[in-house]
Amino acid sequence: MRYQIQVNTKWCKACGICVEFCPKAVLAQGDDGKVQVKNPEACIGCQLCELRCPDFAIEVGGVEK
Amino acid sequence: MATATMNYLRQHKLPHIWCPGCGDGIMVGALLRAIDKLGWSKDETVVVTGIGCSARSNAIIDFNTFQTTHGRALGFATGLKLARPELNVVVITGDGDGAGIGGNHLIHTARRNIDITTILVNNSIYGMTGGQYSPLTPAGAKATTAPFGRVEPNFDVCELVKGAGASFVARSTVFHVRQLEEMISQALTHKGFSFVEVIAQCPTGFGRRNKMRSPAEMMKWQRDHAVSAEAASKLPPEKLEGKFLTGVLHRSDRSEYTEMYQQVIAEASKRGGEQ
Repeated sequence: MRYQIQVNTKWCKACGICVEFCPKAVLAQGDDGKVQVKNPEACIGCQLCELRCPDFAIEVGGVEK
Repeated sequence: MATATMNYLRQHKLPHIWCPGCGDGIMVGALLRAIDKLGWSKDETVVVTGIGCSARSNAIIDFNTFQTTHGRALGFATGLKLARPELNVVVITGDGDGAGIGGNHLIHTARRNIDITTILVNNSIYGMTGGQYSPLTPAGAKATTAPFGRVEPNFDVCELVKGAGASFVARSTVFHVRQLEEMISQALTHKGFSFVEVIAQCPTGFGRRNKMRSPAEMMKWQRDHAVSAEAASKLPPEKLEGKFLTGVLHRSDRSEYTEMYQQVIAEASKRGGEQ
């Protein structure tokens, strides 16, 4: 897997922003509303989930700086 | 990138107190990435806030932080910058704190063109104090103090600070997070009073009273109503109705206040305190 998406569920507040705006439907909300990585293979490393997370709860690893 | 952000956060203060989907956290992320890329140290940077949701940024960011009275962040920041001109001084405020309670401080700080960067998070409402309308709440929108919709018009705070004398004025949204980081970065490096209005969502205080319950829905509104200043210059006026402009809106070259004040200090020192 090219990109490693890490979610800090302790900080996630289940707002759904990352899920709504992921261009490749990589993410989904679980029963508790918190983000889950459902389709990691589809991630293109755009980092929009990380940049738009109000809670610093998601990080996309493996992106070249 | 995330590591950089983490280095500037007081992680033991997380999760923060903001509501789910609040735009404030997105603004803080953009600010921290911009500061990290500029390489500013924690010790040479001061973030001053007043009261309100955006002011709570100071609980989680690990610079010298200074939380002051409602609307008065710019007054305290002015004193700080005059006493220690070598420090990077950033003010984070909101539409209630910055344009309402502290509106007078805002225009006079802009007029002086003192080298302070102000980030005003406009979520269209006084969130923390109970959902009252602010000077930036759009006409017709509902608030606890306007249950039938707000009667009077809001003003354009970017035009206000431009008119008052700010030498750098920009606007972005938390949806346009990469542009937001760029606008903040340009504001931070600008010499003089720099101002960035950040259009952000308050799902709790504004959204649920105005038929926009989800944070993502509110961010789609930002996406659909923002027009870059560059694109707007090529569009007919009817295409811009109901929209707002983003990007750098104004830039001018004016004398900066602390530098001008150094001349006063030099003159006073030369006279040895004589009148």
